Amino acid sequence: MPKVIKVEDLAKAYQLGNFGTGTISRDIERTWARLRGKEDPFLKIGQVNNRDISGTSDVVWSLKDINFEIEQGDAVGIIGRNGAGKSTLLKILSRVTSPTLGSVKIKGRIASLLEVGTGFHPELSGRENIYLNGSILGMRKAEIKRKFDEIVDFSGVERYIDTPVKRYSSGMYMRLAFAVAAHLESEILIVDEVLAVGDAEFQKKCLGKMGDVSKGEGRTVLFVSHNMASVKALCKKGLVLAHGQSQYSGSATSAITYYLKGNSVSLNKKQFERQYDKPEFTLHEISLNPKGKTADDALDEYQEIELNTIITIKTDAANLHLTYVLNNENGEALFTFSHINSGKKLKKGKNQLKCFFPKGFLNIGTYYLSIYLIENSKTTLFSENDILSFDVQEGEREIGSWMGKEPGFIKPVFEWAIDRDN
Amino acid sequence: MSLPTDDHWDIEISAQSTPFRLGLKDVWQYRDLLWLLVRRDFVSFYKQTIFGPIWFFVQPVITLLIYVLVFNNLAQIGTDATPPALFYLAGIVIWNYFSDCLSKTSTVFKDNASILGKVYFPRLIMPLSIILSNLVRFGIQFLLFIILLIVYTLKGASIAPNLYILLFPFLLFLIAAQGLGLGMIISSVTTKYRDLAFVVTFGIPLLMYTTTVIYPLSTAIVKHPALSLFIKFNPITAVLETFRYGFTGKGYMSWQLLGYSSFITMIILLAGIIIFNKVEKSFIDTI
Repeated sequence: MPKVIKVEDLAKAYQLGNFGTGTISRDIERTWARLRGKEDPFLKIGQVNNRDISGTSDVVWSLKDINFEIEQGDAVGIIGRNGAGKSTLLKILSRVTSPTLGSVKIKGRIASLLEVGTGFHPELSGRENIYLNGSILGMRKAEIKRKFDEIVDFSGVERYIDTPVKRYSSGMYMRLAFAVAAHLESEILIVDEVLAVGDAEFQKKCLGKMGDVSKGEGRTVLFVSHNMASVKALCKKGLVLAHGQSQYSGSATSAITYYLKGNSVSLNKKQFERQYDKPEFTLHEISLNPKGKTADDALDEYQEIELNTIITIKTDAANLHLTYVLNNENGEALFTFSHINSGKKLKKGKNQLKCFFPKGFLNIGTYYLSIYLIENSKTTLFSENDILSFDVQEGEREIGSWMGKEPGFIKPVFEWAIDRDN
Repeated sequence: MSLPTDDHWDIEISAQSTPFRLGLKDVWQYRDLLWLLVRRDFVSFYKQTIFGPIWFFVQPVITLLIYVLVFNNLAQIGTDATPPALFYLAGIVIWNYFSDCLSKTSTVFKDNASILGKVYFPRLIMPLSIILSNLVRFGIQFLLFIILLIVYTLKGASIAPNLYILLFPFLLFLIAAQGLGLGMIISSVTTKYRDLAFVVTFGIPLLMYTTTVIYPLSTAIVKHPALSLFIKFNPITAVLETFRYGFTGKGYMSWQLLGYSSFITMIILLAGIIIFNKVEKSFIDTI
């Protein structure tokens, strides 16, 4: 397959803070350096973009040393945490902003959907906005005319087509906006998390359309999302970004695994020395172990599993409680649980919490645990996503029975009643 | 499988810019968008009004009345033997077009940051659409001027339209280019530091007094010979005076002055486009 996008040593620096009298002197300095043909002094002081840590410099590299190539017809998912540089990369690719260093080469027409409904004017009718938005996205008028009925049909707002869009419900607005975007005819399509809108039916429609675009029509798609399930469903390849740097590139599935693993070390136990030493509490340890064994033992589907949390509460503990969310390997939340539901409360001082998953509750697979410290049942004092990941292995099965994984993530043991019908 | 290594790329994005690539070909590709934006501006202006496009007439008519009352009757500024209403309206029509173009294009990046930050299209489309949609408003006001001209001619006022009327399209181009060029320069230099934007807001109304909107150049030359030099070298003056001369037969017509004005205008326009094209690539980072 021929290459359609080639990114070489791409980097983008941003200046933090406010612009004002303080920054003008440096601008003059930079211009002066440039005029003399010297290297931009601004770029020498750039630091890796990590928003958690306060740095000494107010220049950060939002992207640095990015290199990749994309072949025609590839659907590539770009994943990474907030601030990893995903949107900056898409902005450069869609020519909204230019890189500080490096270059991007593209073959064919490129259309980007960093947002749906760009340029929609509230006063204009749906019909007028289809034309306006379509031509902003790069369509010719004749092209829109040809597809007009299709667009209206896809959006499902036919009845409102001559009403100003300010009277639309937000859902209808989004439907119309996405409908226009979905009918773009470009060789390369860039999409940034626009699917997080609309109802379930419409999301399904959007995903379906996106799938058609990449699989059926053989166009190249770049897709950014936090929803691992949709990345997995749409993309063949994946690119993981972290702190502006490319961390992993490979198949979509392995990229997702890399991304999720990268957030936490896959061990059944995690001890925190100073990481979570906050004024209100200290989190010492989270671990999982099969009942009667240690955290170094593998968990399997037929054992009772214990979840241990050791936390010291330094303030009044009466209003505090811990909530956990269990996510699957796609990053989708499976369920939320908390000790508060059983009436047990935290105490001031060191608490050792134990939660018991019944035998056979969790199916085989990799799980990710997120933890929240909640005050007064409403305010989140602290949260950490994917603080711990763990694998549940296959248990011993009888020879002759099926060895694979049953569908689903949990397989709870319910109470049953079987009566013989006379 | 060996593919022929073709090194042809349609789009190359890099940090370097080529200052003299004006990108007019791209603009032509997007001409439908230009047209739709003009239409949007025009239509959204009078949406949900009862009188619709009639509102375009109201502003110049009221302005005209006040000018006649204040400058002519109260301040006794002569109008070169032209009927005052006609004299002022000629000034108002041209001046309004210039100042509308200038003030709107000077904030084009700021006003459209939400669109420009999300989608790529030739950025030049945006200021051009402003020039064109203001042209629609200009056309309506110009119509008013023509009506007044006919009314005065029928009443037998001393009006002598002449061949210089044929310069009208060129004059229109000059005034648009001045507004566009200056506006683009201002919008480009205000993407990072907005100080100049304040100057523009109070500067444009004041700028009107540096050209011959409310007084004829001949009066200025007689009363203030030194000051009139500055007025003459304001590139708008030549346009205004030629416009008046062509349509009413009164005014200061000079080919030298018009030539000078055209020269300055081209410099402003070119500088505007070049600076604009340089800034547009990454203005979104600092706006």
